Amino acid sequence: MPMNGAGRQQSQQFVVLGESLKTGESMDKKGKYETVVGLEVHVQLATKTKVFCSCSTRFGAEPNTQVCPVCLGQPGVLPVLNKEAFMCSLKIAIALGCDIQESMKFDRKNYYYPDLPKNYQISQFDMPLAYAGEVRITLEDGQEKRIGITRAHMEEDAGKLIHDPGGMCSYVDLNRTGTPLLEIVSEPEIRSPEEAHEYLVALKRIIKYLGVSDCNMAEGSLRCDANISLREKGRSKLGSKVEIKNMNSFKAVRDALFYEEERQAEVLDEGGTIKQETRLWDEEKNVTSSMRAKEESHDYRYFPEPDLVPFDISPHLVQKIRDNLPELPAARRERFKKKYNLDWYDVGVLTSEKEIADFFESVTVLTEPRSACNWIKGEIMMHMNERSAGIFELNIEPGYLAKIICMVRDGIISNLAAKDVLRECIERGKDPADIVEQKGLLQVSDKGELELIVDEVITVNEKTVNDLKNGKENALGFLIGQVMRKTKGKANPKLTGEILRKKIKG
Amino acid sequence: MKITLSNITAYKKWLNKENKPLSLAAKDLAAHAAEINKDVRSFIAIDPDVITNRALSLEKQTKRGSLWGVPVALKDNICIKGGLTTCGSRILEGFRPPYNATVATKLQAAGALLMGRANMDEFAFGSSCETSCYGPTRNPRDLSRIPGGSSGGSCAAVAAAQVVAALGSDTGGSVRQPASLCGVVGLKPTYGRVSRFGLVAFASSLDQIGPVTTNVEDCARMLEVISGHDAKDSTSVDINVPEYTASLERDIKDVTIGIPKEYFTCGISKDVSRRVQEAIKALKGLGAKIVDVSLPHTKYAVSCYYIIAPAEASSNLARYEGVHYGRRSAHAEDLIEMYIASRNEGFGAEAKRRILLGTYALSSGYYDAYYLKAQKVRTKIADDFRAVFTACDCILTPTSPTTAFKIGERIDDPLKMYLSDIFTIPANLAGLPAISVPCGEDKSGLPVGLQFMAGPFKEEMLIRVAHAYERSR
Amino acid sequence: MNANNINNNPISTDVVKYVAELSRLSLDEKDTITFQHQLARILEYIAQLNEVDTDSTPPTTHVLPTMKDVFREDVPGGSLSQKEALDAAPDSVRGFFRVPRVI
Repeated sequence: MPMNGAGRQQSQQFVVLGESLKTGESMDKKGKYETVVGLEVHVQLATKTKVFCSCSTRFGAEPNTQVCPVCLGQPGVLPVLNKEAFMCSLKIAIALGCDIQESMKFDRKNYYYPDLPKNYQISQFDMPLAYAGEVRITLEDGQEKRIGITRAHMEEDAGKLIHDPGGMCSYVDLNRTGTPLLEIVSEPEIRSPEEAHEYLVALKRIIKYLGVSDCNMAEGSLRCDANISLREKGRSKLGSKVEIKNMNSFKAVRDALFYEEERQAEVLDEGGTIKQETRLWDEEKNVTSSMRAKEESHDYRYFPEPDLVPFDISPHLVQKIRDNLPELPAARRERFKKKYNLDWYDVGVLTSEKEIADFFESVTVLTEPRSACNWIKGEIMMHMNERSAGIFELNIEPGYLAKIICMVRDGIISNLAAKDVLRECIERGKDPADIVEQKGLLQVSDKGELELIVDEVITVNEKTVNDLKNGKENALGFLIGQVMRKTKGKANPKLTGEILRKKIKG
Repeated sequence: MKITLSNITAYKKWLNKENKPLSLAAKDLAAHAAEINKDVRSFIAIDPDVITNRALSLEKQTKRGSLWGVPVALKDNICIKGGLTTCGSRILEGFRPPYNATVATKLQAAGALLMGRANMDEFAFGSSCETSCYGPTRNPRDLSRIPGGSSGGSCAAVAAAQVVAALGSDTGGSVRQPASLCGVVGLKPTYGRVSRFGLVAFASSLDQIGPVTTNVEDCARMLEVISGHDAKDSTSVDINVPEYTASLERDIKDVTIGIPKEYFTCGISKDVSRRVQEAIKALKGLGAKIVDVSLPHTKYAVSCYYIIAPAEASSNLARYEGVHYGRRSAHAEDLIEMYIASRNEGFGAEAKRRILLGTYALSSGYYDAYYLKAQKVRTKIADDFRAVFTACDCILTPTSPTTAFKIGERIDDPLKMYLSDIFTIPANLAGLPAISVPCGEDKSGLPVGLQFMAGPFKEEMLIRVAHAYERSR
Repeated sequence: MNANNINNNPISTDVVKYVAELSRLSLDEKDTITFQHQLARILEYIAQLNEVDTDSTPPTTHVLPTMKDVFREDVPGGSLSQKEALDAAPDSVRGFFRVPRVI
């Protein structure tokens, strides 16, 4: 999902919705209560194999083809921790500024569900990998806000359960079972649906920069549950909290929180009380509704997983990872500002995704940062949005874009032609130089040839020529347009202008 | 047809003399075991075709290992790829694992002829081999009595000479106690010495697979084969496996044996006490130094164990509910009903009792009082041993307070049954190696067992002392 | 009850029922009473642990302190085929395990 474009559109949409609240009754409600939100994010780590066995973690395989006795929870099997899953988790925790614990262990969380073949989940309870980190977000007014991370712990993913609508059966696919997860729990310091959205965007950006997860919410490699409660402003005691599940995009998280904020305010206004419960977000109806499942007691009977040993995390290892972390979004923003001398808005757009920033830097090796930036935030992002594709999915090498930019700079093709070339490039994956040649888009920059054409235009546009002579500058545009028409857009506009001026004004 | 199954050396001599392909000998072995099984019922099933096929594949082995052709029984909780493995439980009816336990792979690589599934208490919950869904196994020395448990089938099969050796699993004495009651040798290795991969878990922090043999020498041979690091088991320890048979011939003149007074208090039968005292005298005669030691937290071992073991078991057994394998009840409309009906129909009373007890100990509000408390007492018990092993090389105790009791005698009194393991449980809690060797009989002719315990990975010491003692008799 | 001390009162039938529910077992009245008696007796015996002073004793999960830091490398190994995976399942269809509806 191209977060840049879609994300911005969504935030505009939100602003509109927010505006509507500022009138009438809703405004009062909004003013009366403070919203308190905490988010639990599950990130699937991009390892080759599962967390406790050597099955592949590839997404989208035929059901039950990436399973073995271990992840099937067959009698007699034992888990062994994937080192890479541990390292990925550690990288995230360090990048979030967490306190990495000197020692961690795994625990069993016991509950029955058919997507959990052992009927316990291997997780971390009282000795997780890390506590106390933070994510910094930028608020609408430009202020930076720090959202605390309570803890981050490793665990195994469950399988997938498919319900037969209206039927008597459910179907279980265990390919996903045992995929490594890092659960990141925020402090209840988020104060609005918009902040929740920004938190997710910032968190995702950091993780993507680390390259340890795809963070693809549609494929479930990033998932988010939210806890939300309302309290009267000025009070410190938290209200009853409601857990919301089943949100499949950042937008859904915001919409669900927005809905729930309203719903709870209404209940409270009518003198009611909020029931502590789990509610599901219904994407189509745009409402949350109570799970209404039989109230299970949440007695998970955690106890230390005897099949796994404890893990010591040496300060030396933590330091080594910290020293070798890739450049994170905040640092990259600073560097872009300094190195490329761009304004904060442009820097923000370029660093919104690691891939975009990488792409930009590849292009600037061969061309000026300013034009690279303009092309990326203009044409390239338009194509990304059109196709809902990531920048590297556009099928255009950074070198090709650089070539196009250089051709424009050198007057080989016109700006207009360049846009066509880019489209062609993206659609056919061809070298821009070949496209220019095949389509005959080479700009006419031959002075002699252009002078002949200019002479023709001057002859048939006597009135306009006179206008220009009399100082009507916009007449020049018209004349250049006429030259363009005659050359099918291939005339070098700058050169054409110069020749026209010279010939007419002398 | 006379088959010699008294020990590995004698069996190999017999096999050589027979001078026929192993697959043919295997037919005789299967028939012989099946005949005895009619009375003893140590095997859940003996399938001559399966045994013959295994013998045929052993015939193709170019390098003949130390156990080539030796008939070995596996407890029904050790997975063999494609073979039935049911843990003596209805809930695993028809289950054939798609993989081999590490010990099964190792045994087959060493040439052992796997004879089939030895009966056991359901999921190893028991000390009498009576809770199997296939019915009780009988003690070969007195068919009206229990063979001990939970590895009752493994020990009875060796004692009845149906096989030369067997593997059992020992969580609280499940190899040593039945070995003692059947008059054979049983060893529980140090926790982490033998891979648990493919052993259906009862209590993961206590379980170890151990050999059952007729003598200490065979025990050493079996241990050599099954020991060693396994990357598939996080709790398997990566240290060298000594040549255990090499320590057999050493004398014990430099060995100090500790006698913990707590194991000789009430509850121990007169005959057992007498035989053990005689053994102490014999060991003194062999030149060992005997010292009195104290393990003050011994009396808490059973309590500690009956929190930790059921707690872990309640979680380990949660996977049996009829979704992915095993038995599913036909009497259910929805998922939860299906879980409940499958488990109700599939588990026997003792399994249910332990699941309830373990779930209770872990449940909210009780965890600190039970599970956490037990883990702390476990530390105390292990500390006792650490202290004692600075003063002695090994510890001698009876294996079981009594000899084999009658079938049905304790089945309705769980607590009394649990106390059968009072002398064997501490070694599991402390993760220590321990061996039971025969030390005579009571006045009705029932075997008495002697237990030696040593420090972590000191199996060599156990084998040395037990072998010296065995030879002196 | 004091959470840090083993209760000397025998376990109630309600607790037995609650624990059975957590364990996905269902007990009829007769079984509930039998188990309640048996568990009460066992728990009464276990209450002797209260005698042990463990205030400054750490809990033991892994008995050997050397058991630490065991990893495997992130190298794909073999998976089962779909058929093998579903072979032991009481009910499967089109590559899935099938279960009665989840309510």
